[in-house]
Amino acid sequence: MNKEINFVLNGEKVNLEVAPGEILLEVLREKLGVKSPKCGCNKGDCGTCTVILNGKTVRSCLVLAIEVDNQEVVTLEGLMQSGLTPLQESFLKNNSFQCGFCAPGIILSATELLGKNSKPEKREIQEAIAGNLCRCSGYSPIIDAIIDITN
Amino acid sequence: MEESKYVGKSVVRIDGKVKVSGAAKFIEDIDFGADLLYAAVVESKYAHAIINSIDTSKAEKYPGVVKVVTGKEFPYRFGLYMHDRYIFAQDRVRFVGEQIAAVIARTPAAAKKAAELVKVNYTELPNVLNVEDALKKDAFLLHPELGNYQHVPWFFPKPETNISHLRKVRKGDADKAFKEADFVFEDTYTVPRYAHCAIEVHGAIGLYDNSERLTVWTASQSPYTQRHLFAEALAPLGLTHKDVRVITPFVGGGFGGKAGVSMEIIGAALATTVKGRPVKVLWSRAQEFYNTYQRQGLTCRIKVGVNKDGTMIAMDNSLYWDAGAYVEYGANVVNAAGLSASGPYNIPNVKIDSYCVYTNLPPGGPYRGFGYSEFLFGLESHINEIAKKINIDPVDFRRKNAIREGDILNYGGKMNPNGLIEAIDKVAEAIEWGKKEYSDDPNKSIGKGIALFWKAPAMPPNASSSAFLKFNEDASLNIMISGMEIGQGLLTVMAQIAAEVLSIAPEKIRVETPDTDRNPYEWQTVASHVTWGCGRAVERAAIDAREQIFDLIERALGKDRSSLYLEDECVKSKKEPDFSLPLKDFIIDGIMKEDGTYRGGPIIGRGMFMPEFSSALSDPETSQGGKPNVHYTVGASAVKIEVDKQTGKMRIPKAVLAIDVGRALNPNLIKGQITGGLLQGIATVLYEDMRFSDKGKLLNASFSDYKIPTALDIPDEIVSIIIETPQPDGPSGARGMGEHTMIPAAPMIANAVEDALGIRIKSMPLTAEKIALAMIKENVK
Repeated sequence: MNKEINFVLNGEKVNLEVAPGEILLEVLREKLGVKSPKCGCNKGDCGTCTVILNGKTVRSCLVLAIEVDNQEVVTLEGLMQSGLTPLQESFLKNNSFQCGFCAPGIILSATELLGKNSKPEKREIQEAIAGNLCRCSGYSPIIDAIIDITN
Repeated sequence: MEESKYVGKSVVRIDGKVKVSGAAKFIEDIDFGADLLYAAVVESKYAHAIINSIDTSKAEKYPGVVKVVTGKEFPYRFGLYMHDRYIFAQDRVRFVGEQIAAVIARTPAAAKKAAELVKVNYTELPNVLNVEDALKKDAFLLHPELGNYQHVPWFFPKPETNISHLRKVRKGDADKAFKEADFVFEDTYTVPRYAHCAIEVHGAIGLYDNSERLTVWTASQSPYTQRHLFAEALAPLGLTHKDVRVITPFVGGGFGGKAGVSMEIIGAALATTVKGRPVKVLWSRAQEFYNTYQRQGLTCRIKVGVNKDGTMIAMDNSLYWDAGAYVEYGANVVNAAGLSASGPYNIPNVKIDSYCVYTNLPPGGPYRGFGYSEFLFGLESHINEIAKKINIDPVDFRRKNAIREGDILNYGGKMNPNGLIEAIDKVAEAIEWGKKEYSDDPNKSIGKGIALFWKAPAMPPNASSSAFLKFNEDASLNIMISGMEIGQGLLTVMAQIAAEVLSIAPEKIRVETPDTDRNPYEWQTVASHVTWGCGRAVERAAIDAREQIFDLIERALGKDRSSLYLEDECVKSKKEPDFSLPLKDFIIDGIMKEDGTYRGGPIIGRGMFMPEFSSALSDPETSQGGKPNVHYTVGASAVKIEVDKQTGKMRIPKAVLAIDVGRALNPNLIKGQITGGLLQGIATVLYEDMRFSDKGKLLNASFSDYKIPTALDIPDEIVSIIIETPQPDGPSGARGMGEHTMIPAAPMIANAVEDALGIRIKSMPLTAEKIALAMIKENVK
């Protein structure tokens, strides 16, 4: 039986009906047209589906849509209300990403980190993005860009 | 080197903003509307079996199912270099997971559920799961029809065996030289199979519309090759090339895995069965592991003859490739590696046999490095051992034998200009070679290792690239190529090349991802050849546009053509310092004459490049006579490791890689290839390998069980060294370098382990467990 849910997505109130088994990633992409969270493994290993739920990153492929009823969800689209964030600018300047598939997830994980800690150590950065797999960059251009912005 | 304005600069990627903003569209991000259908594939349970019958009746009745398709509807063989496979299995399956049929339904869930209802009746055949079994005299044949398969002229299949290709190289007289050598060293090294693990999976959406044109959206490195193979394989349906269109948006990582045609042909074929409606085939992460190309396994038996002074005089290298069930692409890996398996050394007497062996495992195919990573593990490990055994420093030994410009290659041509010696010296200096280091922790041991590398693009001699370049009203540009942006930065570098010729900033240039209806031909984005080949095509297109501009200025304004040049988006004249005509004033609308008529019109440049000096034809017994490789890119890499002697776990405080790129068109992007490629290579030594059951089923088809590195698993420091010995036929002297950064990783780490612990490990990967067990066995304390 479908259930009506209400939540805040990128600052806007959203109301829709979902089936109990529908996952958040699917609903965001297929029903709401929000495409920055990607599906890389569908079991929480790769982190490309990362979104921010009530201020904390989660793997949206492991979250049921009904779980976000009355909650707040932010995707990469929601960070850019006034253009690229300084963090995104730093990634851009450093040519941090190659294929770019992992970029939305990594940007959200790094955003969460910098929200809690404006001067993270290298090790803290590595830990913060360790749940987001990137096969192209070797990670160091990503880590460098995060360090850059804290200086 | 002449002064340049845009080439050689670390400009920001022109596709940077679209990627950091999340705006980049990958195939899964494209909407196809409410009538989109979904396909799920019925897969073989067995590694080797006869298909007796397929019962689709239950699946057809399942709610939401539109159609069930089996191999009967597509009885056509196809392939890139050898036609040895089918779109769906016909009477026989040859690996676990092979596609037998597909269910097309209105939802992914219905397709998946119904696919489980398709009943396949099998008779099992003997499994041939490794090279040793496949080569036995009485081995069961995987492809009894091998002798009838169509293939390129440089393959030499052995009908009535499981050898689908044998590349033989004979230079000098190896047998005689071994007798004369002071020492002969022989050993065997093994490399397992690996997965590419692009974070984006494979997918294809096909639409065969009611006008009978077929459009396929794919995540691909090879849109034109795909169009050609789709058109060829589906020609019996009346399709011609012009009716087939392949569109490739941004690709979420390739590494060779999205080259050629693998699962995409399922999307193309299924579309023709549901005319008028788009149908999507999307691989799961598990399918990504077991039913795309895998990096082939290798057993390498290497013998080297060396004199007391450290001169290598003979090499005999036998490479046995576990190429899997179908080798339509993988046989060319075997071929390319065979031609180059001496490594970057000047050895006068060389004998190489590179065997492409069918096994009942998933199809092997291209993977970043194209066979070179695999043979270099054995070769560079073995060379290190030899140097030590004859008491010559491993760096000195390599420097002494390193190939130099003009030295004779294995197939008879001459080695291109290169900075290999400089690379060796710089890497040795950066890693402080010769300085023995000790850990403060008595349980840890520090070791250093080095490896050289080389690689040539493996491509047909007529592999071509082409480019269109069109101006917009404001003198900004759109460049259309079919080289693929797979993360390496191709779009940016192509913009830089055109920018340099036309004196227009790269920010004013868009380079479009391929659509075979719009963008001109490119063979494939593989082989580290697109900076070089596609770059030449773009350079020529820009020159073509520039010459049209000069023609027009001469014709319309009577200026002396030979004095004209372009600067800051204007045409200027060396003779007339005051003359400066902005391109935007005429580049579309032309130049008005006094009588009000116009001259000119939209400027469109075109450029093409084919390496006309290349030839794959040579003596099959010796490989002498052709020029199969357009050039080699060379380099050296070194590493410092710290091993925990109790656990075998390794940390990498420092890795160094020096590569001769000819000319660094964008140094920052090259650095990106070095940091990324090195880690991908290191992962094949420390973390990854594919494990199969004794029935041929892949056991670790997920990121939970096949561990790729995270941000916590990187070297503490990576030193990137760029060397520039110009490639005479490259754009601004550039040559390719994308694959190369991965290939020295395995042997340099094995050499460092040997340096640290005195243990030589001859099989990849070098996991902590394997090192710890080896220490116990060898009683290392």
